[in-house]
Amino acid sequence: MKSLLNILWLGLKEIRSLLSDAVMVVFVIYAFTLAIYVQATGTSSEVNNASIAFVDEDESTLSKELFNAFYPPRFKLPERITSEEVQAEMDRGRFMFVVVIPPRFEHDLRAGRNPEVQVNIDATAMQQAGIGAGYIRNIISDRIDSFLRSTEVAKTPPVRLVIRKLFNPNGLSSWFKSVVAIINQITLLTVVLTGAAVIREREHGTLEHLLVMPLSAFEIAMAKVWANSLVILVATGASLLVVVDMILEVPFAGSVLLWFFGVVLYLFFATALGIFLGTISRSMAQFALLIILVVLVLMLLSGGSTPVESQPKWLQYLTYLLPARHFVSFSQVIIYRGGGLDAVWRQFLMVSAVGLGFFAYSLALFRKSIAVSK
Amino acid sequence: MASAASPATPDGRVNDGGRASKPVVSIQAVTHRYGNVVALDGISLDVPSGIMVGIVGPDGVGKSTLMALVAGSKKMQQGRVTVLEGDIADARHRRAVGPRIAYMPQGLGKNLYLELSVYDNVDFMARLFGLSAEERSVRVKELLQATGLGKFADRPAGKLSGGMKQKVGLCGALVHDPDLLILDEPTTGVDPLSRRQFWSLINDIRVGRPGMSVIISTAYMDEAQQWDWIVAMDAGRVLATGTPAELMKRTGTEDLERCFIALLPEEKRKGHREITIPPRPPGKAELAIEAHGLTQRFGTFTAVDHVTLSIERGEIFGFLGSNGCGKSTTMKMLTGLLPPTEGTAKLFGSSVEAGSVEVRKNLGYMTQAFSLYGELSVHQNLVLHARLYHLPPEQAKARIAELVERFGLGAHLDALAESLPMGLRQRLSLAVAVLHGPQILILDEPTSGVDPVARDSFWELLIDLSRKQGVTIFVTTHFMNEGMRCDRISLMHAGRVLAADTPQKLIDSKQADGLETAFIAYMEDAIANADAAKGAGSTAPASPPAPGTGSPASATTFVAGAGGQEPAPAPLVKDASQPARPERASLRLRVGRMLAYAHNEAMQIRRDSIRLAFAFLGSALLMLIFGFGITTDVENIRYAALDLDQSPESRAYLEQFAAAQRYFAPTPPAFSSDEAFRRLQSDDVSVVLEIPPNFGRDFRRGAAPEVLAQVDGAMTFRGDTVAQYVEGVHGELLRDPATGLRTAEPQRYTAELEERFMYNPTFESIYSIVPSVPALLLLLIPAILMAVSIVREKELGSIINFYVTPTGRLEYLIGKQLPYIAIGMANFFILTALSLIVFGVPIKGSFLTLLLCTLFYVAATTGIGMVTSTFTTSQVAAVFVTAILTIVPTIQFSGLLQPVSTLQGGAGVVGSIWPASYYMHASLGAFTKGLNAGLIMKDVAFLAACVPILLGISVIGLRKQEK
Repeated sequence: MKSLLNILWLGLKEIRSLLSDAVMVVFVIYAFTLAIYVQATGTSSEVNNASIAFVDEDESTLSKELFNAFYPPRFKLPERITSEEVQAEMDRGRFMFVVVIPPRFEHDLRAGRNPEVQVNIDATAMQQAGIGAGYIRNIISDRIDSFLRSTEVAKTPPVRLVIRKLFNPNGLSSWFKSVVAIINQITLLTVVLTGAAVIREREHGTLEHLLVMPLSAFEIAMAKVWANSLVILVATGASLLVVVDMILEVPFAGSVLLWFFGVVLYLFFATALGIFLGTISRSMAQFALLIILVVLVLMLLSGGSTPVESQPKWLQYLTYLLPARHFVSFSQVIIYRGGGLDAVWRQFLMVSAVGLGFFAYSLALFRKSIAVSK
Repeated sequence: MASAASPATPDGRVNDGGRASKPVVSIQAVTHRYGNVVALDGISLDVPSGIMVGIVGPDGVGKSTLMALVAGSKKMQQGRVTVLEGDIADARHRRAVGPRIAYMPQGLGKNLYLELSVYDNVDFMARLFGLSAEERSVRVKELLQATGLGKFADRPAGKLSGGMKQKVGLCGALVHDPDLLILDEPTTGVDPLSRRQFWSLINDIRVGRPGMSVIISTAYMDEAQQWDWIVAMDAGRVLATGTPAELMKRTGTEDLERCFIALLPEEKRKGHREITIPPRPPGKAELAIEAHGLTQRFGTFTAVDHVTLSIERGEIFGFLGSNGCGKSTTMKMLTGLLPPTEGTAKLFGSSVEAGSVEVRKNLGYMTQAFSLYGELSVHQNLVLHARLYHLPPEQAKARIAELVERFGLGAHLDALAESLPMGLRQRLSLAVAVLHGPQILILDEPTSGVDPVARDSFWELLIDLSRKQGVTIFVTTHFMNEGMRCDRISLMHAGRVLAADTPQKLIDSKQADGLETAFIAYMEDAIANADAAKGAGSTAPASPPAPGTGSPASATTFVAGAGGQEPAPAPLVKDASQPARPERASLRLRVGRMLAYAHNEAMQIRRDSIRLAFAFLGSALLMLIFGFGITTDVENIRYAALDLDQSPESRAYLEQFAAAQRYFAPTPPAFSSDEAFRRLQSDDVSVVLEIPPNFGRDFRRGAAPEVLAQVDGAMTFRGDTVAQYVEGVHGELLRDPATGLRTAEPQRYTAELEERFMYNPTFESIYSIVPSVPALLLLLIPAILMAVSIVREKELGSIINFYVTPTGRLEYLIGKQLPYIAIGMANFFILTALSLIVFGVPIKGSFLTLLLCTLFYVAATTGIGMVTSTFTTSQVAAVFVTAILTIVPTIQFSGLLQPVSTLQGGAGVVGSIWPASYYMHASLGAFTKGLNAGLIMKDVAFLAACVPILLGISVIGLRKQEK
């Protein structure tokens, strides 16, 4: 009972300290509003303004038709270049795609031969190259079809394929990116807030002060966990409501409550990580350097930037231990796919287990560091 | 002691050492503000030359500001200061007289580089003043020998005691034979023996250079008693000037401390009275604190060595000693914060080692410095502590009201604790410490930094607690007059208690004239004993650790000359008859100073394991993570078939997906739409292929049946790609008659589409990601390290060396930059090796061109770090600001995710001027595209142009004076 009260009072103090730090408050607000909006609507993996050029050696009605088939926003208006220029222009990085239409293209096509259109793709632009090439393929064959249909009968294919995209039918990347942005901010800010709170107390000597009082390291740590978690939780809620729901209009398919329950579990891990980093670094400056490394790793390997399935197998086993990965995964299940507890309990369990282990370890370290701290 | 002033100086720069000569410093109507706080309030003052001038006053009255203005290290706001016959606000005059002024800022070792050795620190200063290599090695050794630091030449400055740090600082200041020596609180926090040694050093120097003027500030009034001329300051104003004797005579006092109080304006002295200490009631009380053989070792270093104490209830027990002598460590063991290595500590007979809650309830503790929550108000601090001690609400309320009344906090209840003046803060700390009515109070240097009047009122409270309420008080201090007020004191040095008794008895037993002299006598005895012990072949009890043993620097303490002989006073200053070096601003000197900074920086990084690890392991780690973790390859897509037809045709159709092994990985088929949806929902599969009933029949009839592919679109990029693949397999199936699904004839009237994946024929993202990542890492890491290296100097104070030496901005910046360019290049080799060996991504183009490009790139990226360092003031800000400023444009606008050619508007502009775009192109060109050198040379040219531009911006942004 007394212990619970201590945790309550210390946590209230923690929140009060945080709220009086104007810079931090502004930073948190920025991180959960503007930063999320910018990340969600900024660069996208969708193909936009792709630079394209044509080498038209046919100069027929059809080849001009094809040339005119590419226009913004997906493609920039194409440019004409000569076949000698292709290599040099692509080397310079001026065009991502160069379409080469051979001489006598229309003639050959009408004659029933299968003339070859060459599409040169800058395959170092991974994200757009593959998808963009697909668009080009579809646009060209559609145009040829409709062009020929006006003169001859084109055959319907023997089997038709209908592709239906579930959970995000229009393929808007802002849906996915906004949620990943929130997840990244939760990771970054929770770790920064909690770690900085530990270091600040140590640098100001207030930690020592607390330890001479009838308080335990567990109570001190636990107060930091709940107070910082609460702040982030409130910020997350506001961000979800205002930025994601109202401004970006991302629908929330599953149970909001269930997701927040998952967030709480994750926050437990993230605050423990903050305490851990705050404990092992000797100064704010060292802490800042460590944060950069740790948070980048958490963000990049969580599956938020590129799919976990694409990681090498051995790395997938390692990232299985990262709560951030499960966080991204259960967020997708709940938010887009509308999955219930039965679909996410494994991830919840894993996050809690790692969080608990980490908290116990951080606490032990925290105790020890106090003993030898100056 | 003040006999040093002699009438003539051989070098003729100052005509005469007496007071008749022109003032060395003339201050006219100087006002200085920090925001709304007035630090100096219209001060006018002429400082006579050739003598030792003391500026006295408590902390925060403007002494340091005044000293920094005189030294030219702080920018003048209002008024005029003439130093050595020229306006110090004039940059040309500063450059001209810079080599004649030496300035040691406040703070133990503030302008030292803590990672560097004693020798390197002094040598660095000598380099900045342009001494040649031979001159340096002679001069530095001479100075170290003379100050008794010779034996410690190789020890990092961070591992020295405060007194020794100050001596190193002094060596650095004297290395160029200054005419004006400015020392800001050189002895604060230094043990009495070191203090005495320090002053005798100064006197020796003055004997060698009689024309030299010395200006010293101090908060210890007793020190100033022996100086030639005193300036007493309070609240940004000069209270009085004159010789100590004159001032004391004027105020009718016997010592400077009382004299100072008498000089204070009436309202400040209000309520102040001489402290009287009622005697303790006779008879033996029970023991409150008992310590037996308390010992604390950190590694091989003994911080506290067998301390034994017994303190009675109600006693005021003082602990005297210098910074780092083990006082705080002893207190931590008494409070149970630190378990002792050996020995026991008991409070009221019960052991504190267990740190039991009951013991702690009887304990009030005030840590060194202010340790309450500055961001909470006075009242909130009190309430928080009442709650944490679980006082019942009514009782807490009454108790708080009582304390507020007694400690005079009533007017400040709602003020933030951090906004209080030092004296009030300490009272608040004490109020918090006694809130729960503890029987024992442990106070760690409660009065350092507090002015004399406030200090006395604080002591009144302590005496009241002890005498009226029987509270046992254990207090540490380095003020000797406070020691005199204690019932008993113990003198501590180098982890050992030298003696413990009543102050008077300690003085008597050494037949000293005061506590300080007695302390020094005890210290000298201890040193002599230790030497004797060493001579006899046994090990010294508190042997200093070997350099680099990793013992906590703060707890280490040494006395110079502890090995035996007193420091030899002989060749302290170079033969003063030698003519002063002419001021040569030759290129050689400039390059020399630049290299001095480069050398200095390189050594610092080498000794800072965290930054070193960040520099090398950080980039390697991130490279591995990016390389393995970031991949846009979509492979092994888990799919389920929902075959509602089960005909040969439907099986043939699905067979085609199973055959595309690189892309599709089959899972057990689904049997209902519900099940399929659930599996998509829980991320078990990414695609479900649904073959409708009667698929085979319709196909045979040519009725063009429809296959439904449900794709998980939650992650958009992946969803798009999966959809492409499904279409691809489907298309293949229709084109190729050998697939088993027999279509009537090959399609006519279609064009073949030949896709050429240039540069990366297998279309694996590793060939694109791996060469792109160095563009990010070679920007992020050198920029952060560079920014931190400059901001760190600002934060720790060593940038003062740049302010007060003739070092130019360009010399400073390039000097600091060189080591980071070297680190950047080393990183490049590491990253390239990882690409080749771990990722198997070869370099197809010209390695040499890429190398050249990298050189300019890291020169530019360190330049970006320099630019951010001009507007950030803390290391944390430097790290985060640099990280955000570099990561965002590099990831978004330089081609990592989206080719620069597709960017538009503002993003396009940023992309076209951001150096990473060019390096990314060059790196991809050299690795994956195999471009010839000519194409990369354009990138090289652009990056080369960035370097002077960034350097120029940094030079403009870098201040040569503190604001």
